Amino acid sequence: MAKMTLEELRKLRQQVQGDLQKRDIEGKDSRIIIGMGTCGIAAGAKETLDGFLSALDEKKITNISVTQTGCMGLCYVEPTVEVIVPNMPTVIYGKVDKETAKKIIEEHIGAGRLVTDHIYDRPAADIIKKDGGR
Amino acid sequence: MAFRNYILVCGGTACESIKSDQIYKNLIKACEDHGIADEVQIVKTGCFGFCEQGPIVKVLPEDAFYVKVEPKDAEEIIAEHVIKGRQVERLLYDKSSSTRHARVEDIQFYQKQFRIVLRNCGFINPESIDEYIAREGYQGLERALFEMTSEDIIEELKNSGLRGRGGAGFPTWMKWNFTRQAKEDIKYVVCNADEGDPGAYMDRSTLEGDPHSVIEAMTICGKTIGAHKGYIYIRAEYPLAIDRLEIAMQQAREYGLLGKDILGSGFDFDIEIRLGAGAFVCGEETALLQSIEGKRGMPQPRPPFPAVKGLWGKPTVINNVETWANIPVIITRGATWFSKIGTSDSKGTKVFALTGKIRNSGLVEVPMGTTLRDIIFDIGGGIAGGKKFKAVQTGGPSGGVLTEEYLDTPIDFGSLVKAGSMMGSGGMIVMDEDDCIVDVAKFYLDFSVDESCGKCAPCRIGGKSLHRILEKITKGNGVIEDIATMEAIGEAMKKGSLCALGQTTPNPILSSLEHFKDEYLAHIEDKKCPSGTCKDLISYWILEDKCTGCTICARKCPVDAISGARKEIHVIDQAACTQCGVCYEMCRFDAIEIR
Repeated sequence: MAKMTLEELRKLRQQVQGDLQKRDIEGKDSRIIIGMGTCGIAAGAKETLDGFLSALDEKKITNISVTQTGCMGLCYVEPTVEVIVPNMPTVIYGKVDKETAKKIIEEHIGAGRLVTDHIYDRPAADIIKKDGGR
Repeated sequence: MAFRNYILVCGGTACESIKSDQIYKNLIKACEDHGIADEVQIVKTGCFGFCEQGPIVKVLPEDAFYVKVEPKDAEEIIAEHVIKGRQVERLLYDKSSSTRHARVEDIQFYQKQFRIVLRNCGFINPESIDEYIAREGYQGLERALFEMTSEDIIEELKNSGLRGRGGAGFPTWMKWNFTRQAKEDIKYVVCNADEGDPGAYMDRSTLEGDPHSVIEAMTICGKTIGAHKGYIYIRAEYPLAIDRLEIAMQQAREYGLLGKDILGSGFDFDIEIRLGAGAFVCGEETALLQSIEGKRGMPQPRPPFPAVKGLWGKPTVINNVETWANIPVIITRGATWFSKIGTSDSKGTKVFALTGKIRNSGLVEVPMGTTLRDIIFDIGGGIAGGKKFKAVQTGGPSGGVLTEEYLDTPIDFGSLVKAGSMMGSGGMIVMDEDDCIVDVAKFYLDFSVDESCGKCAPCRIGGKSLHRILEKITKGNGVIEDIATMEAIGEAMKKGSLCALGQTTPNPILSSLEHFKDEYLAHIEDKKCPSGTCKDLISYWILEDKCTGCTICARKCPVDAISGARKEIHVIDQAACTQCGVCYEMCRFDAIEIR
């Protein structure tokens, strides 16, 4: 994209805000977000990423995007993964190794069942969502 | 939805010990009894970090948050909530006694953390500028460029009460204002990302998770003080943070949010990264500026302060990563919103890297005024392995240890100093009964002595002398006069050192002497290390009444210091023993004792 003016930035913000919100709405594509700060990577997040990609490949699932994010703060259960699937509660999984990644694809994505013993909670509320900006 | 409801039962160690397993089983049974077993999934989870209210049961998708649940409540949760759709009021979390609230959106009422600095960490893809923009990103810059004058911005910062997060807590608006008022054509904006305290990784995580927040903040500062150039000084050992900063800066330039004529406002600002080689002293601002200039990183006398005469002799605002990450939020939301969080003299939040003997180690952001007890026992879940809390070290090598009696100290700049430690940049290392306080002090001294730049004598010689005395004490050669000598050297270093590194090097010793003098005396007078850490002061003995003659210790001993035939009592040859502790770890009958 070329350099923006103030108006263009505001327009872009509205548009991308919509895009981000869409992931909550039914029927839209799902997202798997892997915590890939140094801490996550040190705990094996790259293998976790590989685990998700190969499991998705194997099952020929294409409507799920796999992206990365920074450290969520749950260092004691790294690698951490957020799974956002339509019609399912959004869940944070901790201690996700290759095997657990496969299990998440099979159970959470495939069968709509949460994977037991790996669910954790975000350590704090999202201030941005709550206040909705200024 | 595959299931009508998902019921999450906390299976953390704390909740597990108070019957969450029975609750789990009862919930499954209740579902079966009501014939809805295939409509509801009951799941065991990890620790929710809210242990004092446990066991916790969360029902999705309604997000009902039930606390202090008993096994007998399972039937009611299924019959009322799941089947009839009526939440079980009496079990919902009670944020105050008057109003009942359980929606997860109101999370700050039951979670002790509040995330301003880390607002985007773990939410956005740090390599996507669009995701940052979608979450209020560059909105502060918009305001700064088009709606506010420099005076407005300074006023907003002043009213926000923001103080520097690098350790000293200097009011940020004052720094900015000094530089703004300086009559020079060229000024600079610098980000101090030279995070060096052992066990601290707040800044690294912020840069890795949300690089745009720092870029936006520095640009806002440039506009405010009249600077067109910024530097981020970051250590080369943070490669991922550097990569993500580079990507973020490139994206910002493409969007016209960095570089010439930002958003068509006519204002120019750009940022360069400068890599540090990892010297601790380069986190000190004057040494850092020397290093950016390509010189050897050594502190310079202040005044003049960098705000007046900084990089290449020009007025320079230098703030730490965490301080920067607060700026866009303050400008976007306003000072009134920000100043509601925290205490009267310390506004906003503080990020801590909670490590050591803690169950849930992690990156923690809490409102100023939160107590150490809240952080260690609620958020951190207490001491790992059921051991006893001994002390917490805050402020890294410059800070001090705080004991149990300070657990209810609210964390802000003033209270921590009063308690004999300091805020520092945010490392928080928890120690349990197995840690030797003299050994911990020696660890920090090791670090500080290693990192002393050698320019001034109090730091160079004083640190070394202190270290030598500690070494002597841990080897059992200490004399009682050593304590007074250490105190005298420490006081001299505080007064005479050129920069904060030397001035604070004695802190771990002085504060541990204050709280744990007995432990020092045990080392010096009794030649004993009460926690069994200092190898020269301990010996291992086999208890005759407990030894079964299993031979495992003899087989594992690396120096063959243990003798004894099968089914006979074993003996350690004290002359050959190296106090490695392997036998102590291996023995399954508690037959080995430390004396």
